[in-house]
Amino acid sequence: MTKQSTISRAEGWRRRGPLLPALIFTIVVTQVPFAFTLYYSTQSWNLVRPGSREFIGLRNYLYVFRDSQFREVALNTVILIAGTVLISAVLGLAVALLLNRTFRGRGVVRTLVITPFLITPVAGALLWKTAMFDPVFGLVNFVLQPLGLGDVEWVSQFPLASVMANLIWRWTPFMMLLILAGLQSMPTDVLEAGRVDGAGPITLFRELTLPHLRRFIELGVVLGAIYLINTFGAVYMMTQGGPGVESANLPFYIYQRAFLGFDIGQAAAMGVITVVATILISTLALRLLFKTFTATREAA
Amino acid sequence: MSDPARPTSTAAETPRKSASTEAVVPRPSTENVHRRRRAHRKHRGVGMIWSALAWIVGLGFFFPVLWMVLTAFKHEREAYTDPPTLLFTPTLDQFQAVLGSGMGLTLLNSAFATAVSTACVLALGIPAAFALSLRPVKRTQDVLFFFISTKMLPIVAVIIPLYVIVNEIGMLDNIWALIVLYTAMNLPIAIWMMRSFFLEVPPELLEAASMDGASLATAVRRVILPLVSPGIAATALICVIFSWNEFFFAVNLTAVRAQTAPVSLVGFITGEGLFWARLSAASTLAALPVVIAGWIAQNKLVRGLSFGAIK
Repeated sequence: MTKQSTISRAEGWRRRGPLLPALIFTIVVTQVPFAFTLYYSTQSWNLVRPGSREFIGLRNYLYVFRDSQFREVALNTVILIAGTVLISAVLGLAVALLLNRTFRGRGVVRTLVITPFLITPVAGALLWKTAMFDPVFGLVNFVLQPLGLGDVEWVSQFPLASVMANLIWRWTPFMMLLILAGLQSMPTDVLEAGRVDGAGPITLFRELTLPHLRRFIELGVVLGAIYLINTFGAVYMMTQGGPGVESANLPFYIYQRAFLGFDIGQAAAMGVITVVATILISTLALRLLFKTFTATREAA
Repeated sequence: MSDPARPTSTAAETPRKSASTEAVVPRPSTENVHRRRRAHRKHRGVGMIWSALAWIVGLGFFFPVLWMVLTAFKHEREAYTDPPTLLFTPTLDQFQAVLGSGMGLTLLNSAFATAVSTACVLALGIPAAFALSLRPVKRTQDVLFFFISTKMLPIVAVIIPLYVIVNEIGMLDNIWALIVLYTAMNLPIAIWMMRSFFLEVPPELLEAASMDGASLATAVRRVILPLVSPGIAATALICVIFSWNEFFFAVNLTAVRAQTAPVSLVGFITGEGLFWARLSAASTLAALPVVIAGWIAQNKLVRGLSFGAIK
C-alpha cells in the first residue's frame, strides 16, 4: 500500500508504457465506431436516397419502437438467448456429472463432447440445416420415422426452434466445460464427510454439489448470454431470419436493415438499443467475473 | 481391470451402504472384506452403466461432425439417400472439386488473418497484461473493467460505422481490415487470460531477478516469459479459434479477394441447389484447423472462455 502511494511520476509512466498501445488501439477500434453509431442514429439517412441525410434528433428511436417487426425480433432474441442458455446449462450439468467420474476413455469422451463448440459456426449451422433437419434425407426424421414423426419440415415449420437446436448443440459443451471445472474444484473431503453422515447421493448433490456449482453455472449462463447476443451465422445460414422475421434476431435484423435496406439511421438506432439492453446483463456478468476472480485468488 | 484408479474411485462413489460399513466396523474382519468385495462388484456394474452412458452421450454430440466428415468422402448420389448410406467407397473427388473452385484461396486468407491478428494480439496483450498484474498501473481495476466491457458491446452496434469507415479508406475486401478488427476482438480476452497467468508468478521472482543487476526488460524476458509460456500458447490458441471462426465481420467487409473460409460456405446455400457431399467437404476443410487447435488447447479452454476467471 505504502509502496503504491510513493510511486514517482516517472515510475508511473514506466509502468503505464506497456499498457498504452493496447489501450489506445482498443479505444480507437471499439469506442470511436460506437460514437459514430450514436451520431448516425440521430440522422435520417438512407443510402438509396442520396442527399437525403439530415439531423432528426431521436425520431429514429421512435420509428424503431413503433416497428412491430422490431418488437418481434427483440422478443425472438430474448427467447433464443434465454432458451439456449437455460437448456444448455441443464444439459451441460448432466454431461459434466457424467464426465466427472473416472472411467476408461474419459479424455476421449470429453474431446468428442467439446467438438461441436469448436466447429466453425456456419459449418455447424449448414450441417444442421441439411444433414440433420432435411425433411426427406435428414437424420432427425430418419430416427423419428419409427415414432411416426418422419415427415416434419423442421426448419420451415419451426425455424426459431431449429436455430435454437443448433445453438444448444454448440453451447452445451461450453456449459459442460465450465461446470466440470466447478466439479473438479470441489473439495472431496466435504463430500466424504456428508457421506459418512449418511446422506444419499441425491441429498449430497442438492445440499453440497449444487451450492458449490452455483457460481460456475451463473457465470456460464451470463457469459453464454453475452456470447450469444452476437449470434449471426446460425440465423444467416439456416433460415435467413425467415419466414418474415419469425426467426430473425437483432444482429440479423440490423444487418438486413443496414446492408439490404440501406437504412443506416434506423439500423444504428437499433444497434444503440441493443447495447442499452445488454448493459444490464453485462453489469451482472462483470460482477460475477470479479467475484469469481477474487474467490479463486483467496482459495489459492 | 488392473487399473489402480478403479477401486478407489468406485469406493469414492459408493453410496451409503459400504461407507457406513466402513465407518461402523473399524477392523477388517473377513466377513467385512467379503461384503466390501461384493459391494465393489455391484458398484462396478453400476459404474459401467454410467461409463457406457457417458460414451453414448459423447458419441451423440460428436456424431453430426462425424457424419459431415463421412459425407465429405461420398459421391453426391450417396449423400442424398433414405435410409442414409453407411457403406460406400470413399472418394476424394469432393475435396478436389472444392479446392479447384477456389476454396484454397479462402483457406489461405483465413490462415493469414488468423496468424497475423493472433501475433498482434500477443504483441499488444502480453505487455498490457504485465502492466495490469506484476507491475500494476494505478486504477488497474478500471482499466480491466474497460477492456472487458468492450467485449460486451454487441458487434452489431459498431458494424455500420466500421463499414462506412472501411469503405471510405478503400479497405473493403482487404484482409488487413479483418486483421485490425480481429485483433481488437480478441485483445480483451488475451489481456484477461494472460493476466491470470502473470498473477500466478510469485512477485518476488521479478524483484530477485532485477536485483541481480539485470534491467527490468531482461528480467521479464529471461525469467517471467518462460514461466508463462504455456499461458501464452493457450492464449494464442483461443485467439486462433475465435478469429478463424469469425463470420459477421468477414461476410460484411469482404467479397472476393479477401474472402475467408467460413464466408466461402455461403456459396453453398445459394445457386444451383445443395450439393451435400461437396458442402461437407468444404465444411470439413473450414472446420478442421480450429477443431485441432481446440483439441490441443482443451485444458485451457475454460480459462480462455471465462476470461481467466476459472482455472
